[in-house]
Amino acid sequence: MIEKIIQLSLNGLMAGAVLAVPAIGLTMIFAVLRFVNFSVAGHMAVGAFTGYVLNAWFGLPAWIAILGAFVGAGAVGIAADHVALRPLRGHRALTLAIASIALNLMIESTIRFFFGGSPRDYAIPLRRDMSFGFLHVGPQQVENFVIAGVAMLLLLLFLLLTTTGKAMRAVADNPMLADSKGIDPDRMARLAIGIGMGLAGIGGMLVGLDTSIDPLVGFRTILSVFAAAVVGGLGSIPGAVVGGLAIGLSEELSLLALPATYKSAIGFLAIVVILTLRPQGLLGTKAA
Amino acid sequence: MANYLIAMATFGAIYAILALGLNVMWGMAGMVNLGIVGFYAFGAYISALLTVKAHGPIALGFAAAMAGTALMAALVTLGLTRLRDDYLAIVTLGFAEVVRIVAENEIWLTRGTDGISGIPQPLKSTLGSDFNAAYLVLCLAILVVVLFALERVRLSPFGRVLRAIREDAQVAAFAGKDVLKFKVKAFAIGGALAGLAGALYAHYSSYIVPEIYVPLLTIYIFLALTEGGIGNNFGAIIGAFVVVFFLESTRFLVGVIPWLSAEQLAALREFVIGLGLLLVLFFRPRGLAPEPLPRLATK
Repeated sequence: MIEKIIQLSLNGLMAGAVLAVPAIGLTMIFAVLRFVNFSVAGHMAVGAFTGYVLNAWFGLPAWIAILGAFVGAGAVGIAADHVALRPLRGHRALTLAIASIALNLMIESTIRFFFGGSPRDYAIPLRRDMSFGFLHVGPQQVENFVIAGVAMLLLLLFLLLTTTGKAMRAVADNPMLADSKGIDPDRMARLAIGIGMGLAGIGGMLVGLDTSIDPLVGFRTILSVFAAAVVGGLGSIPGAVVGGLAIGLSEELSLLALPATYKSAIGFLAIVVILTLRPQGLLGTKAA
Repeated sequence: MANYLIAMATFGAIYAILALGLNVMWGMAGMVNLGIVGFYAFGAYISALLTVKAHGPIALGFAAAMAGTALMAALVTLGLTRLRDDYLAIVTLGFAEVVRIVAENEIWLTRGTDGISGIPQPLKSTLGSDFNAAYLVLCLAILVVVLFALERVRLSPFGRVLRAIREDAQVAAFAGKDVLKFKVKAFAIGGALAGLAGALYAHYSSYIVPEIYVPLLTIYIFLALTEGGIGNNFGAIIGAFVVVFFLESTRFLVGVIPWLSAEQLAALREFVIGLGLLLVLFFRPRGLAPEPLPRLATK
């Protein structure tokens, strides 16, 4: 029993690190633009398919293709936002959220139009699980964990050390003050969306590397991603990391009591529990 | 052809009731429900289980579907109405997914992905081939009753408070209104209507299965309501019929554009639905038929 718990916890932490990447993307966009962007799901799929084209068609190794996933999803994110959501800025957050759902449907159906709806696999070799005593881990899981870790580390360095990163944190903290200091809010919005959707793209590809991809690869994960962001506190980047790990762990540990098919319901449960007990999330500061 | 038109109109009426339900929550009270399909499914399953498994009368199924879904909707909002509306959007989206997962997995109760068949159709044996036409009349009659009831609600003091909450919950609270209570009530009324629509569908098709209740259906209802005019009950009904007409008429394109596969056409149709919703938000944010407001209330 103890061994099983340790094994599941290990799986949960690795899955949680993968969840944290798109959750950071979501929470970052929320922090700067103050609305929940549901098209994160579609951008996860954009990243997954950009990576797929580079990996399966052009034969690039997965860890290089993942850079493409970031760039592809980030570029689509900026372009799509410019056309579809930017004209609605200034409307209620709810109107923007609904517009982002419409955008999400358009992105997913575009991918479906060109790639079809059936699942595809990345061109990665099948490898045997590694064993450490009673613990088993898949090499792909470990790779994903490392890639997720590196992506988060790079983001941290960007936010802490560069002037642009600091400016972005200033906007998230207090948009009016940042504006009065001469920080261009439009540029910061574009940057937040580019990086945020890029991270969503990486997340989509990581999820796909572990399973397979289809146009709904992001949508199937989106509840867990939202759960990670909400549990950590919408708008808080460290919160999204903690939330991602917490959701990953809870989803895996739920297997002790529930059939695997209920895994995706855990995210919902976590959202309801945290909103009832601590609406601002674990690391968030405000809920309204 | 007549049968086809009758089926289309029946779907139009059922979607219209869903759109009216959403209008109470979103249009009147300003609370978004991204899981309306979950409430629709919930009502359908309640009525189906009561009539198939427990052999209860159909009327009881309808009543229980409305009451049960209303209760569920109230429960979902109870803890959340103080928070930003975004949270309610996320929670309701998750609720719909959970309803589908439960319906798929609790096989002892719902028969899982096989679905529930043999749901009784009212007076089917006496009506015979006239059943479809008679059921359409029933749906339209219910739609008219719902419309009149909601118009009364909209013009009543209750509806006025909901509008006040929608525009500014703080001001409404300051004016002494118990915002939480009003919001939960609005959500329960909307939920009851979604449950009613669910029961109407279940007893019409006689067969329900979890895969019907996909998030796309929620988007159809949002499109119906936004194009018709958020807050406008008549607009919601017109919008629902327009959406059903669009969905059905594009089916015939399969033969017209031969170089596209069925899958690509389906994708194209979804794209147009998304684009339509976006364009309405861009150009007619209050819909084609805006909410009729008293003169002093407009800005």
